[in-house]
Amino acid sequence: MIKVEKRNDVSRSIYFLTPVLAIFLTLFGGGIIFFILGFNPIEALKFFFITPISDLYGLSELLVKATPLCLIAIGLSFCFKSNNWNIGAEGQLIFGGIVGGGVALLFYNHDGFYVLPIIILSGAFGGMLFAMIPAILKTYFNTNEILVSLMLVYVAKLLLDYLVVGPWSNPEGFNFPETRQFSESARMPILFDGLRIHAGIFITLITVFLSWLVLYKTYLGFQIKVSGLSLKTAKYAGFKGKTMIIFVFMISGACAGLAGVGEITGPIGQLHRNISPDYGFTAIIVAFLGRLNPIGIIFASLIVALTYLGAETAQIFLQVPKYTGQVFQGMILFFLLGSDYLLFFKIKFLGLKKNEL
Amino acid sequence: MYKLFLRSLISVLFLLSFSLNANAEFKVGFVYVGPTGDHGWTYQHHEGRNAVEALGIKTTYVESVPEGADAERVIRQLAQSGHDLIFTTSFGYMDPTNKVAKDFPNVKFEHATGYKREHSNVSTYSARFYEGRTLLGHMAGKMTKTNTIGYIASFPIPEVIRGINAMTLAAQKVNPDIKTKIVWVFTWYDPGKESEAAQALIDQGADIIMQHTDSTAPVQVAEKAGVWSFGQASDMQRFAPKSILTSIIDDWAPYYVERSIAARDGTWKQQDTWHGLKEGMVAMAPYNSAMGSDLVKEVEQLQKDLASGKAHSFTGPIYDQKGDILVAEGAVADDGMLAGMNVYVKGVEGDIPQ
Repeated sequence: MIKVEKRNDVSRSIYFLTPVLAIFLTLFGGGIIFFILGFNPIEALKFFFITPISDLYGLSELLVKATPLCLIAIGLSFCFKSNNWNIGAEGQLIFGGIVGGGVALLFYNHDGFYVLPIIILSGAFGGMLFAMIPAILKTYFNTNEILVSLMLVYVAKLLLDYLVVGPWSNPEGFNFPETRQFSESARMPILFDGLRIHAGIFITLITVFLSWLVLYKTYLGFQIKVSGLSLKTAKYAGFKGKTMIIFVFMISGACAGLAGVGEITGPIGQLHRNISPDYGFTAIIVAFLGRLNPIGIIFASLIVALTYLGAETAQIFLQVPKYTGQVFQGMILFFLLGSDYLLFFKIKFLGLKKNEL
Repeated sequence: MYKLFLRSLISVLFLLSFSLNANAEFKVGFVYVGPTGDHGWTYQHHEGRNAVEALGIKTTYVESVPEGADAERVIRQLAQSGHDLIFTTSFGYMDPTNKVAKDFPNVKFEHATGYKREHSNVSTYSARFYEGRTLLGHMAGKMTKTNTIGYIASFPIPEVIRGINAMTLAAQKVNPDIKTKIVWVFTWYDPGKESEAAQALIDQGADIIMQHTDSTAPVQVAEKAGVWSFGQASDMQRFAPKSILTSIIDDWAPYYVERSIAARDGTWKQQDTWHGLKEGMVAMAPYNSAMGSDLVKEVEQLQKDLASGKAHSFTGPIYDQKGDILVAEGAVADDGMLAGMNVYVKGVEGDIPQ
């Protein structure tokens, strides 16, 4: 007979160390997979985790990839901490991209320092509006925010499809589903010649700092955390639940919108159908791997970004299938959830008692 | 001053890392938009790569590369890791290919289906798939009982519209009452959407299903419904043995072999290639004997004539939907007109989505 019991005393340091353990277990599990595939595991892991960041270009690419993930995950942490399950960050990213991209096209061939800030703000605003749909439906009509936010992802994707195929398609582009390239004034400034790392990283860092400030130093942050731990306590304390739900969704949506606008004004430079390789979904893994903690999320976004780059280099140098990257992401989450379970619960093996037979 | 120093230091390190990674062995890289097992577009490019590999040339491929911000990094990594010739096999790689080409003047780039050649080391190539569509139109016009052809189209770009027009013109030639119904699915590969579109067309009376999308779903739906169909990109015969009359096959192998040898031997030059039945870049799968030996002979003759230049897919008179003349009697459409084609010919139903 096996019995599962809740542990009462969970050490805080172990709580933050389990993600590290999960990563080591993933490396170990990955090594075994590479071994089964017939590769030298040490060499394969080197190609996967070290080669991609062994030069400046690779490091810059790592940051380019981690920037949107970190930004979205920070926003999601507000929702998740307060028990609001926003699964639709991908849709909010795309909608932010649509609004920001629309403004960028409006300012086509305009010069001026004000162009980019307006685009960025409108992108954040777009994501925010889009996230308010599930929030308002949840607070006033008691709908399930998981379903609503998830289904809205498809709405945003189809809207983007419609716009780039139809009204916003490049007039000189032979009807291909893409808009014009944005003007220089609508592009994120590149930080170093020859590298793709752009000013969007500062937006991310500022967001990380502000969210730390709000979550840990304000009454509002306290309210968010209390509602996450126990809704009844929050109600008893007299917190305004509805306002808070809408507020966390707005933050989350704005962050996703910023990520979207960062992508289209940064490395992409136009709107087309594939502005995000599912960053909004991957960011959910990032948020939990980072323990919903701003600093943790920074590290988590770097690690998850590395699994993407690693999958590419491993494919180039070893010709392993591209999907190994997704296997690695899956393993990280699996090991994290697994060790969490063992962290919060203990399993007791009890002998069979006579009267049970 | 400090910033300037830092910038130049980084640039120097950056360039150094290129030169250190350069390798003496000749290598060819391929960037695919889908998985190698899609049985359509990417599968055929992969077959082309296998032909290059068979020559003893070392090749590398990266599959399922999204056409967004990731494409540039993958292409750059291939260039940086010592690949001398890189094929980027989807339209969405056009700008990233040109961007990377600018930074690697010694690496040759080949971009499929695009029109931008911004640097002297970028070539473009595509196939005259519309010649295959002419053959399909001929068969469809002869085989249909309902005079309705169902066409599953991906995006309203000139290549797809050219195919619809070529097919309709050929079908009209053998059957003046022909109508072409089109469903736009706005995807290159989505088995669910494609099979829904096929079913919708069959429900509207189409007894011929044609696709300009890459999955095998439409031919499978046609097989079940007992109507005729045509395969796309690769020979899809085994997915619908009764229904498929033939498939248009994209055969990239000869081109990939030729360009790889040219790049290795130093004779590679920038060019814009548009090959068809003549050069074998467009090929036809075996014809289904169910259509009768007379029709098979007719189609084989037409295939020979298209290849030799005796026949042309767009021979006048050609009218648009409103009845205005597009190509005068006796004339043939030139490549410029074909490349930018954005109107339907008479007999196609509906409007081009704009």
